[in-house]
Amino acid sequence: MFDLDKWQEIFYSLKQNKLRSFLTAFGVFWGIFMLIVMLGSGQGLQNGVTQGFGDFATNSVFIWAQRTTVEYKGFTKGRFFNYNNDDTRAIKQTVSGIKYLAPRLRGASFAGDNVIRGLNSGAFQILGDYPDMNLIDPVNIETGRFINDKDIEQKRKIVVIGTRVQESLFNPDENPIGEYIRIQGVYFKVVGIFSSKKSGEQAERDNQVIFMPFTTLQKTYNYGDMVGVYAITAEDHISVSKIEDKVIRILKQRHKIAPEDDQAIGHFNVEKEFKQMKGVFMGIDGLIWVVGIGTLLAGVIGVSNIMLVIVKERTKEIGIQRAIGATPVKIVSQIITESVFLTSFAGYIGLVIGIGLIELVNFALIKFEVESNMFRNPEVNFQIAITALIILIITGAFAGFVPAKRAINVKPIDALRSE
Amino acid sequence: MLELQGLHKSYFTGNNELHVLKGLDLKIEQGELVSIMGSSGSGKSTLLNILGILDSYDKGSYKLNNTLISNLSEKKAAHYRNNMLGFVFQSFNLITFKNAMENVALPLYYQGISRKKRNKIALEYLDRMGLREWAEHMPNELSGGQKQRVAIARAMISKPKVILADEPTGALDSATSIEVMDLFREINKTGITMIIVTHEKDISEKTDRIIYLKDGIIESEHIRKEMSYV
Repeated sequence: MFDLDKWQEIFYSLKQNKLRSFLTAFGVFWGIFMLIVMLGSGQGLQNGVTQGFGDFATNSVFIWAQRTTVEYKGFTKGRFFNYNNDDTRAIKQTVSGIKYLAPRLRGASFAGDNVIRGLNSGAFQILGDYPDMNLIDPVNIETGRFINDKDIEQKRKIVVIGTRVQESLFNPDENPIGEYIRIQGVYFKVVGIFSSKKSGEQAERDNQVIFMPFTTLQKTYNYGDMVGVYAITAEDHISVSKIEDKVIRILKQRHKIAPEDDQAIGHFNVEKEFKQMKGVFMGIDGLIWVVGIGTLLAGVIGVSNIMLVIVKERTKEIGIQRAIGATPVKIVSQIITESVFLTSFAGYIGLVIGIGLIELVNFALIKFEVESNMFRNPEVNFQIAITALIILIITGAFAGFVPAKRAINVKPIDALRSE
Repeated sequence: MLELQGLHKSYFTGNNELHVLKGLDLKIEQGELVSIMGSSGSGKSTLLNILGILDSYDKGSYKLNNTLISNLSEKKAAHYRNNMLGFVFQSFNLITFKNAMENVALPLYYQGISRKKRNKIALEYLDRMGLREWAEHMPNELSGGQKQRVAIARAMISKPKVILADEPTGALDSATSIEVMDLFREINKTGITMIIVTHEKDISEKTDRIIYLKDGIIESEHIRKEMSYV
C-alpha cells in the first residue's frame, strides 16, 4: 500500500542535504554501472573469441602424421608414414562413440597459380573432404551445395569454392554454379559457393579454399589411398579425448610406431583448447564479479554510512515520533525503506545507463562494421541484470538495518533530549 | 488513574550515581488538573518522563489505568503512549516537514487510520484550537503560541486519558501562557487528566492541585479548592 507520509519523510530526509544524497547515490550508481559495463565487455570479449571458432564442433580432434622419433621393430627413427583408407576402416570398426569421422586430404601446393578459369587465375588451397567435414567445421553455403555422399561414391569432379575464389575467378555478374574451373590441369564443375562462419583473418583464409570430394582428390592427383588428416567428433556425451587416445593407439599399432613415441602422430584437440579458453573466460568472469561486487559493496556501505548520519541527525525527530506512538517497526521500516529506495533508485539508473552504453557500443560496432577477433556483440544477460537489481535491493535493506537498529536502541527520552 | 509507589530512579554517569527520585508515592485520579513544581534538579522532569513511559524506573511500581508499567517492550510502550497519553513539550516538538494538519494527525497515522480520515479529524481539532486557516502552514510559519496549540491538538487527537505537559509555557510570553493554561483547563473539563510540570508559580496556581518536589521526594502538596469552578 502506498504510504504518502512515509515517502514525504523520505524525500524530506534526502533533500536535507542534496549533495550528500547525490554522492551517496552515485556510489551505488557507479558500482552497478561498472558491474554491468564490465560484464557486457567480458561477454563481448567472449563472443569475439568464440566467434573465431565459428560453429566448430568443440568436441573434435584432428590427427595427422608426422615423423617417428623412436626406433621400433627394426625401423629407424625419423621415418615418414601416411595414413590410408584401411586406417579409416579400422578406426570405424574398432572405436565406438564417434559421431563424425572425416578423413581429409590436402592437395599438394605448387608455386604459382594452380587454378585457372579463362583469363583469370589464382593460387588456392585444395582440400579433399567428406560431407561430414561440414558438420565438424561448418561453412555457410551461399549458393548451391556442399559435397555429398554420391560425389564421394562416384568420385565426381565437382568443387565447392570459397567466396574469395569466386571473386578472383568470376565476374561479379556471373553465376559460377555449373561453370568449370581448371585445377592443375583438370576441369572441375562448380556446384557450390561457401563463406566462412568465422571472423577476421581466419575467415579470410577459409574463403580462399576449394573443397572437392575426398575420393576425387585421391584419384585425380595420384594419392592412392592416402589420408592426410582425420577430423573426428565424439558423440555428445563422450569426451573426445578418450577417442583421441584410442585412435592414436590404433594408428601407432598399424604403422609400427613405438607406443612411447609421442612426436610421430600430430594431433590437435579442440575440446581441450576450448576448455582452456572457457577456463580463461570463467576467470575473467570471476574477476569481473569480484571487482564489480566489491565496487557495489563500497557503494552500499556508503549508503549505510549516510543512513547512520541521517539517523543521528534526525534523532530528535525520531524521538518525537516515538513519544506520540510510533512503534519500532514503523521507525525501522521507515529507515529501511529510505535506504532501499536510495540504493535501488541509484542502482536502477546505473543499470539502465550501463546497459545503454553497452547497447550503444554494440550499435556502433555494427554500424561501422568493426570486425574484430577479440571483441564482438557486447551484451548483458537480462537475468544477470535482474539478479543484480535484486541483490541491490537486499543489500539496501541490510544497509538500512544497522542505522535503523541504532535509531530504536536510543531511549525515547534520550532521543527527545538530543539536539 | 495514575499510581506511583516507592518509585526510585538513578542516573549513572561514569562511576557517579545520581539518585533523582527517592521513593516517590503519588496518586492522581481521573480528571485531575495537577501541576508538579520544583527547582531544577528536583526530579520533576524525570517524574514526568516516567509517567509518560519515555523513561524507565529502577524500583517501586507505576500503574497507569490499573496496568503495571514495568519492563514494557518498546512496541507496547509505543502503544500505550499512543492510546493513553498525550505530550506537550516546552519546545513544541512539531515535525518540521509536516504542516499543522499533518502534525496533528500524526498519532492517528501510527494507529493506521487512513490519511483522508485522520486529516479530517485533525482539521476538527485545529478548528477547536482556532487554527483552521493555518492548517496548511508549516511549523516555521507559526508563532510560538500557535505552535503550542498545534502541539496540544496533536496531544488530544488520540483521545488520551492523560496529557503530560513539560513546561508548556516555558517558551511563550505571559499573555500566550495564560491562553494556553485556559485551554488546558477547558480540556481538563472534558475529563482528561492533565499533569503539568512547571517552575512558574502563576502557571501552577491555575491548576487544582500542586505537588512540590524537592530532592526526589514530594515535599508538600497544595489543593486549591477555591480555584475550582462550580
